[in-house]
Amino acid sequence: MRVKGRATDLDGLDWKILQALQENARWTYTEIGRRLGVAHSTVYERIRRLEHHGVIKKYTTVVDFEKADLRQVTAIMTVFTDPKESENVAAKLSEFKEVLEVFTSLSEELLIIAKVVAEDPDKLHSFIAQSVAPLEGVLRIRTSIITRKYKEQNFMVKRS
Amino acid sequence: MPDIETRHPLTSSSSPQILGKLPREKAFYFFTSIGNYTGESAASLEEFLEKIKGVSIKSLEFHLYREDFEKWIAQTLEDKELAQEIQNLRSMNLTGDNLRDQLYLTVSKRYEKLKT
Repeated sequence: MRVKGRATDLDGLDWKILQALQENARWTYTEIGRRLGVAHSTVYERIRRLEHHGVIKKYTTVVDFEKADLRQVTAIMTVFTDPKESENVAAKLSEFKEVLEVFTSLSEELLIIAKVVAEDPDKLHSFIAQSVAPLEGVLRIRTSIITRKYKEQNFMVKRS
Repeated sequence: MPDIETRHPLTSSSSPQILGKLPREKAFYFFTSIGNYTGESAASLEEFLEKIKGVSIKSLEFHLYREDFEKWIAQTLEDKELAQEIQNLRSMNLTGDNLRDQLYLTVSKRYEKLKT
C-alpha cells in the first residue's frame, strides 16, 4: 500500500482483505488469512495500516429494522438550492440526526440529495417543514417516501 | 371538535404583534404534499395574504385540511380569532378556487381590521 496525496494505492491483497471484512467484519485475522492463503500476522499488519490511513473508516452493524420491529419512514429528499448556498445547506443537513446520507449532484440544476428517516410521515413532514425549508438558500424540495426496498448493499466492486 | 382556544391556549395578542415580521424559522412554508416544498413562504400575515392568491390550490388544500394554517396563525402569529375563523372555514369542506377565494376573503378581512 502506498499513499498518494489524499488517495491510497492498494495492492491486490489489500483489496481482498477489504472484501473479506465487508462480508464479515467479525472474522478473525486467522480466518481471513486462511481464506486468502496468507499468515494472520500479514492480515493484522495490513488491516492496521488500512485503519491508520483511513481506508477503513469504521466497523458498524447492519440492522434489519423490520425484524427489530422498528417502524420508520425512509425518504429520499431532493433539495434545490441557490448555488451560492449549496455547500452550507449540505453541511447543515449533515448535522441533523434525521439525515442519514447527503450527496450533491449537478444535473440541470445543483441538487442536494439526502436520505432521511422519521418515525412516521407526519414527523417526516414536520422535520422538512421546520428544519430544512427554512435553511438559507433552499429554493424548493421534492421528497419521495420509500415504500419498498429491493436491495441495499455497501460492498465495493471487486478489483480484478 | 375542540375549538382553537381549547387546543392552543393563548393569551390575547395585540395587533402590532400579529402584523409583525417573523424570523425565517417561524415563517409559513407552503408544501403541496408531505415533504414537497413549493419554494413559497410567508413571514407575516400580509405576506400570507399575498401568497394565498398565488400558491397552487393543491397547496392550499393540503395545508387547510392538515390544520396547518390555523395552527400557525394561533401558535406563531398568536391570532386566535383568525385561527378560529379558518377552523370554521375548514369545516365547510371547500375545495378549488372556492377555497382560495373564501380563504383570501377571511384573511383579508381580518388583516384590514387589524391594520385600522
